Amino acid sequence: MSQHVVPKRVYFLVFASLIALTLLTTGVAFIDLGRINTVVALAIAVCKMLLVILFFMHVRYSSGLTKIVIVAAFFWLAILIALSLSDYLTRGWTPAPATWESSSSMLLHNPPSGETDLEVA
Amino acid sequence: MSERTLALAHQFEDLGQQHEAGSLGMWVFLVTEIMFFGGLFAAYTIYRALYLQAFEVGSHHLDVRFGALNTAVLITSSLTMALAVHAAQTGNRRQLITCLILTMLLGALFIAIKLIFEWGYDYREHLVPGINFVFEGKVTPHVELFFLFYFFMTGMHALHMLIGLGIMTYLVLQARRGRFTPEYYSPVEVSGLYWHFVDIVWIFLFPLLYLIGGRY
Repeated sequence: MSQHVVPKRVYFLVFASLIALTLLTTGVAFIDLGRINTVVALAIAVCKMLLVILFFMHVRYSSGLTKIVIVAAFFWLAILIALSLSDYLTRGWTPAPATWESSSSMLLHNPPSGETDLEVA
Repeated sequence: MSERTLALAHQFEDLGQQHEAGSLGMWVFLVTEIMFFGGLFAAYTIYRALYLQAFEVGSHHLDVRFGALNTAVLITSSLTMALAVHAAQTGNRRQLITCLILTMLLGALFIAIKLIFEWGYDYREHLVPGINFVFEGKVTPHVELFFLFYFFMTGMHALHMLIGLGIMTYLVLQARRGRFTPEYYSPVEVSGLYWHFVDIVWIFLFPLLYLIGGRY
């Protein structure tokens, strides 16, 4: 049989790491680190994802073809999120012309009354 | 006919190639799932950026204890699923069935915790958009938006788990009939991929929904 059999010890080690990372991410959430909190939470989630993909899903032992399909998927996901955010998060960077004033309520960094409004011009 | 030719479909050169094709096919399906949940994650990220205050208020109504407990339950079920694949690879039928049933029990426990302690609580607290949403506060409409995302994302995740439970019921029945051998266990392997994928979705849902709302 050509399929790689991952030793059970590896599964238990990965499991212990995942539980430890879950405790870590839960604990860190209760410490005020400002914006770093989100970064830490997502970084830990990415680490957990990599552990699951590489070992539980056997991708570490998979062919190059399988690996490139997976990498392509995450690349596409990155495009989806990065391009969407590059629109929404930069809307406040440049002021809208006065004639567009009614549409400026969509602006992220220039909310009309403390919070943004969903009205689209 | 020998076991080997029974296990090998005629279009494949050998068992290795057949196994590879099965896993790759499953991954292509999972890619579509990544894009499906990815769209939700992207939408959530954008609205969270737009209505940060409301989303943090909403997040504070979720109970981190149950979120963390369920994360541990689901990770444990991923371990038992991985051990089920190991048992299938080594031809240990008894262990395969035990591990599959353990995985199903842990999956059911996850859904039970979600349903009884979380969604049940939300319902009693009138936090379910479209059914009984009542919330007093300045940012109410956007808190409702947070809960809409919360219920849709956790709901889709739970639906995937229910489908997973159905798949594993089928696997247990097939395993009892001795359908899986060290030469042919692709259904166990690809179902494992599915289950681990569902686990990964939760690995991101947990911090995004429960943790990053300024818990301190």
